[in-house]
Amino acid sequence: MDIAELQAYGYFFLTAFLVFVLYGYIYHLYSSERKGKRDYEKYGNIALNDEVTDKPVEEISKKDDETLKKEA
Amino acid sequence: MENRPLEYDYTVAKLFMFTTIVLGIVGMLVGVILAFQLAFPEVNLLLGEGLAEYTNFSRLRPLHTDAVIFGFTVSGIFATWYYIGQRVLKVSMAESPLLMALGKLQFTLYVVTVAAVVVSLLAGVTTSKEYAEFEWPIDIAIVVVWVLWGINIFGLIGIRREKSLYISVWYYIATFLGVAMLYLFNNMAVPTYFASGGIGDWYHSVSMYAGTNDALVQWWYGHNAVAFGFTVPIVAMIYYFLPKESGQAVYSYKLSLLSFWGLMFVYLWAGGHHLLFSTVPDWMQTMGSVFSVVLILPSWGSAINMLLTMKGEWQQVASSPLIKFMILASTFYMFSTLEGPIQAIKSVNAIAHFTDWIVGHVHDGVLGWVVFMIMASLFHMAPRVFKREIYSKSMMNTQFWIQTLGVILYFTSMWIAGITQGMMWRAHDEFGNLAYSFIDTVTVLHPYYTIRAIGGLLYLIGFFMFAYNIYKTMTVGRRVEENELQTASPMGA
Repeated sequence: MDIAELQAYGYFFLTAFLVFVLYGYIYHLYSSERKGKRDYEKYGNIALNDEVTDKPVEEISKKDDETLKKEA
Repeated sequence: MENRPLEYDYTVAKLFMFTTIVLGIVGMLVGVILAFQLAFPEVNLLLGEGLAEYTNFSRLRPLHTDAVIFGFTVSGIFATWYYIGQRVLKVSMAESPLLMALGKLQFTLYVVTVAAVVVSLLAGVTTSKEYAEFEWPIDIAIVVVWVLWGINIFGLIGIRREKSLYISVWYYIATFLGVAMLYLFNNMAVPTYFASGGIGDWYHSVSMYAGTNDALVQWWYGHNAVAFGFTVPIVAMIYYFLPKESGQAVYSYKLSLLSFWGLMFVYLWAGGHHLLFSTVPDWMQTMGSVFSVVLILPSWGSAINMLLTMKGEWQQVASSPLIKFMILASTFYMFSTLEGPIQAIKSVNAIAHFTDWIVGHVHDGVLGWVVFMIMASLFHMAPRVFKREIYSKSMMNTQFWIQTLGVILYFTSMWIAGITQGMMWRAHDEFGNLAYSFIDTVTVLHPYYTIRAIGGLLYLIGFFMFAYNIYKTMTVGRRVEENELQTASPMGA
């Protein structure tokens, strides 16, 4: 197998891999929404309700704070 | 949370709004002078023979490009970050005296650096690397400014109340990391005075790269400066300002995420299209072409997402000049991200390379997309940071049409000029002798260069109207209450 053939195989598999990653990511976005794991569209409201006194769309909870401190 | 402040603090945002406007005027004014010099060479002697050294095309050209890139656009990026960053993270700069002090320090150092750039470029002190003309002491100052900005980005993220980072924040982070990487690697240089033990001026340097390597690094940098200076941060702006001004949440948040990763992955490989038919390896040229065409997808992903955000609310485009600016910006974004890939196709590039069509492409992108979006951002921010209504809606409308006409005159004249040039350069008789000499093309192009200069002048006039409108907003605009600032910006007649 010469270098050109190797490049051709490399090119094909890299393209196939990237297509797989792209469609995989789209599948991941839609399936996590369908399964109720995460509602991505609610994050659009971060721009609309952005007063400092507005309730955050997703608050950093006390538990998160503690986890972060432990990690630090 | 009892110490929670009631208001965002826009001190640093206001400072950078000021430099955005001032440096925009400088950069565009110099641009118009250059356009007239190309049409009428005697303009090179604008201030007489004695000062010709400072007013000729070659001395002023880097001042134009650097003032609009590193002056106007980068100021606009900083100004909008210090506005959007606080709001989408729901944390005020006033809550952190350290971040506030670093923000002010960043601004001060930025102004000093800009002054050094203007003086050194006018004096002819340059590394002669396109878009990277600054000598090493200025480069180091720029790195410090950038790092201070980074500390502010991650500092604000660190003390945020909103758990998820809004899509605009992702784009600002990408801007910070992308530009940092590009700038550091492309500007690697050896200070000649220190390396040689005292020969020459202390501030001079030579690039670490030479020949084809230099070309590769230069266009990896140059093209991605378009990516991380003219695309990524501007997308960050429109993802915040269009939904906020129109009162409509972004059409598809999922599409915004997909486009983000698409753009991040694809853009970095496209720079090779600047080096088609040059000495770089053939596979690299092909890769540059292919990735440029693929780049249409993530670019249009964002642009279509913006247009669909207006779904059911298109009457706002007619009624609000601010929405008009943003919709035209995203339309020009679609247009120039289609035009770029077309130019990157090898057979098209064989005609387009080195011609004015490239100049036309750059300018429909920056005048139609970047500047329109930054002006729209500042128009949206002005009532909120100054607590005053925008001074004049009719002036905004007039400005919009004058500048739109300016952009159209600019890019259509450059299309015709570029394709004419490309065709004339390659025309030959049956023996292979070239049909035209260079001066033949110059004669033919003169009317188009004049039209381009007029287009640029119209755009500059519009920019002065923008500056005046913001100044009047700041000083005499009607004072507004907080409840008038929820969605659409208040505007005076």
